Amino acid sequence: MNATRMSAVVVVVLASIATAFAASEPPAGATSCSGCHPANAGVQSPVPPLAGKTAAEIVAQMQAFRAGQRSATVMDRIAKGFSDAEVQAIAAWYAQQH
Amino acid sequence: MTGQRTSRRTFLTSAAALATSVALVARPAISQFGPRVVVVGGGFAGASAARALRRADPRIAVTLVEANQTFTACPFSNGVIAGLRDLTAQQFDYDNVAADGIEVAINAANTVDPATRTVLLGNGQRLAYDRLVLAPGIDLRWDALPGYTEAAAEQMPHAWKAGAQTLLLRRQLEAMEDGGVVVIAAPANPFRCPPGPYERASLIAYYLKTKKPRSKLIVLDAKDAFSKQRLFQNAWAELYPGLIEWVSLSKGGKVTSVEVATKTLVTDFGTHKADVANVIPPQKAARIAEIAGVADRTGWCPIAPVTFESKLQPNIHVLGDATIAGGMPKSAFTANAQAKVCAAAVAKLLRGETPAEPKLINTCYSLVAPDYGINVAGVYRPVNGVLTEIEGSGGVSAADAPRAMRTLEATFANGWFKTITNEVFG
Repeated sequence: MNATRMSAVVVVVLASIATAFAASEPPAGATSCSGCHPANAGVQSPVPPLAGKTAAEIVAQMQAFRAGQRSATVMDRIAKGFSDAEVQAIAAWYAQQH
Repeated sequence: MTGQRTSRRTFLTSAAALATSVALVARPAISQFGPRVVVVGGGFAGASAARALRRADPRIAVTLVEANQTFTACPFSNGVIAGLRDLTAQQFDYDNVAADGIEVAINAANTVDPATRTVLLGNGQRLAYDRLVLAPGIDLRWDALPGYTEAAAEQMPHAWKAGAQTLLLRRQLEAMEDGGVVVIAAPANPFRCPPGPYERASLIAYYLKTKKPRSKLIVLDAKDAFSKQRLFQNAWAELYPGLIEWVSLSKGGKVTSVEVATKTLVTDFGTHKADVANVIPPQKAARIAEIAGVADRTGWCPIAPVTFESKLQPNIHVLGDATIAGGMPKSAFTANAQAKVCAAAVAKLLRGETPAEPKLINTCYSLVAPDYGINVAGVYRPVNGVLTEIEGSGGVSAADAPRAMRTLEATFANGWFKTITNEVFG
């Protein structure tokens, strides 16, 4: 393997590592949720885990909280801090977590 | 590149650039060969940061330095004071943190040398770091309130660091006769857990009402307003009528000195003799922050809100109660949320990447009675370098909510404690 080909291989490998990290990166705001929504199984809380819910389900609930259509202890006020695009990004990320 | 000849010089230059910019990435996935991050402080901020760093990039070698083998959580410790729960329910060890591949050093961090990027431990061990995360919590200011020394705190407990002080205050309340006077001295802003003194007043009132109903509780405050004030005062009127007296700054509430021998609290307007005195003194970032050069003249630590890197020292990040974090209050939820944002940013910085702009949430429940909860929440983002609450979001529980909602909020509060301690220590 000559030097050029070797550096090309290095670049490809590095690029794929970077992509792997980028894919798992949580969008803005997402990591705060697990302060209340359990990230691990077996935690006794009335607050449901988010991982594994469908993106559509999370988006719908957030919209209902924001519009005041769903009774809430705290999510009504938190939902108002996120735009539609942010909610969709967070929902899509949680839908990928297992 | 195909079809092009790469000159030897070009190749060497690009190879060197690669080696420099991605040296961390190119190293094998064995932590001792990766970048080194030292985290000082094993509370909600530090333990969260250590774990989140390992999750963000397993090649980072993380050492968590913490002085105590067992962590004693402050949230819910007012319940211990009121006899509603055991201190052991507040205590967590670091076994599961260590099981994540984090080196846990149970030792004091004595000094930080930013020039050589090292932390010197109490046992003489020197830890080198590429980036340092300081999550040291608070120190009580023993110079701020005349008469209130460390020795005085053995008679008039602060109970603002959970543990022996929490139990001391509980024993004093248990030993007090019915008809006694409990005085809480609350400090001016900023301080750890802004609603904490008022939750404490509430739960001590609950204890007095059920066990010593002829007693009285006075809150002497160095402020004219406090967190969740309307919700607390409405609940006090409903649950503990005539039991709690709150004295604001402008009504003479600021304690200017204490006399330990007689358990007397002195204000500009007079003196209050207590049977049990809980003095919550002014605070500052814990001493290691000052030693590291990350605390400013206020005693707290200014940070850049995207990375939580100190504005005073490069390569040192500061989290939690020690920080000046704009609108974010000094709470466990905040500490945990900041830690996860900081860990993601540090992992990116170590890879030579630019961290994305974050958004952070705070949620803070207070119990006014075991089955009566209230809360405040906020969503924050950096605006002109300051973590700023997003307009139209956040705020406190509805003042006119039915009692069933307060019961639900108390249930959610309990769930929150289990969830966050599971994420941080479980």
